Amino acid sequence: MKVCVTALGPKKDSEVDPRFGRCQYFVFLELQTREVEGVVNPNIESSGGAGIQSAQLVASKGVDIVLTGHVGPNAFKTLSAAGVTIFTGVKGTVQEAVETYEAGKLDRMVAPDSLSKSGMGQ
Amino acid sequence: MIIAVASGKGGTGKTTVAVNLALALDSVSFLDCDVEEPNAHLFLKPDIQKEIPVTVSVPVFDGQKCVGCGKCAEVCAYHAIAVIPNPKKKSQPLLFPHLCHACGACTLLCPVGAIHEEERCIGIIEKGFFGNSEFIQGKMNVGEVLSPVIIRRVKGLIDPAIVTIIDAPPGTSCPVVAAIRGVDFCVLVTEPTPFGLHDLTLAVDVVRQMKIPFGVVINRAGLGNDAAEDYCHKEGITILAKIPFDREIAVHYSTGETLVDKSPAMMELFNCLYKNICQVKNEADRCS
Repeated sequence: MKVCVTALGPKKDSEVDPRFGRCQYFVFLELQTREVEGVVNPNIESSGGAGIQSAQLVASKGVDIVLTGHVGPNAFKTLSAAGVTIFTGVKGTVQEAVETYEAGKLDRMVAPDSLSKSGMGQ
Repeated sequence: MIIAVASGKGGTGKTTVAVNLALALDSVSFLDCDVEEPNAHLFLKPDIQKEIPVTVSVPVFDGQKCVGCGKCAEVCAYHAIAVIPNPKKKSQPLLFPHLCHACGACTLLCPVGAIHEEERCIGIIEKGFFGNSEFIQGKMNVGEVLSPVIIRRVKGLIDPAIVTIIDAPPGTSCPVVAAIRGVDFCVLVTEPTPFGLHDLTLAVDVVRQMKIPFGVVINRAGLGNDAAEDYCHKEGITILAKIPFDREIAVHYSTGETLVDKSPAMMELFNCLYKNICQVKNEADRCS
């Protein structure tokens, strides 16, 4: 199982970034091996379609689960099509977000919870 | 002659200037190109006789022919298509119609011919008359974003033989550029406030870059300060008219009445505005 956490930095102890499409970094974590990979989000400055682009990037990494703050309608549609399960409302560091998920304390997302472009200018 | 009335800042009085100029001239063609919220009809009260739907071509994917190669998503400059790798089943393109600019690249470049196009309605054009003048307005559907498409279609109805007044959208972005491209003259309406001046300078940059002859109308003159006027003098920009900051004008506006109908002085002011437009335009033609 591969998890992706949106974060302000590329490491396990980086703070979670609540935005999905325009987050600073994607931190990928393999649950079995605990192997971590931090990737800069190239879509932060995109004028439109940032959520879709980010969702494609995440899906191309073979991610099963996304842990983030909020997901807009386009990203939600794209992630859902890729069969990625989304958990929102995560807080703290990447490490804490993953532990909260593993403890079964997060709610699975069934509908988008933010508007298009709401991650801009933050 | 095609005259566009624009401004950097919203709410400076574009529609007031455009409407009253059109009424002062008589026998013109009036185009409301502020398609996100056209409001000139409130003052001109046209008799609408025709509605023309505005559609754009969006891709439709044939699931049988599609091989999931992702070429369509790759060539889409507007990120309107996503093709998701999915090991469990064949990848299918996902379309986000509101992001699609209808450029046709995906249809053209699909290697297996799995894309055809269908029309999607994004708004309407209404045509009618007021007095001896023609009235045309674009109206974009709520939730749509492709206003330049509607603006270009509205402008496609221009008759070059008739004096045309275009009420442009506010700002300095794509819809404004679409509205003022190809016009003979641009009237920039501003107000003597710091915001008015700031956004006027942006609008001046746009019209200069587009090489459109232009001049400025100062609305609510007497309010605020002289900074906008000083700026125009310094930049060698003609002030075509000054509309006073007057409670009466606001009262007429609030009830949908027009200034030229209510006051002979205003009729004179707008006739004078047109003369000044022609003069600045002629000077610009001589220089070019």
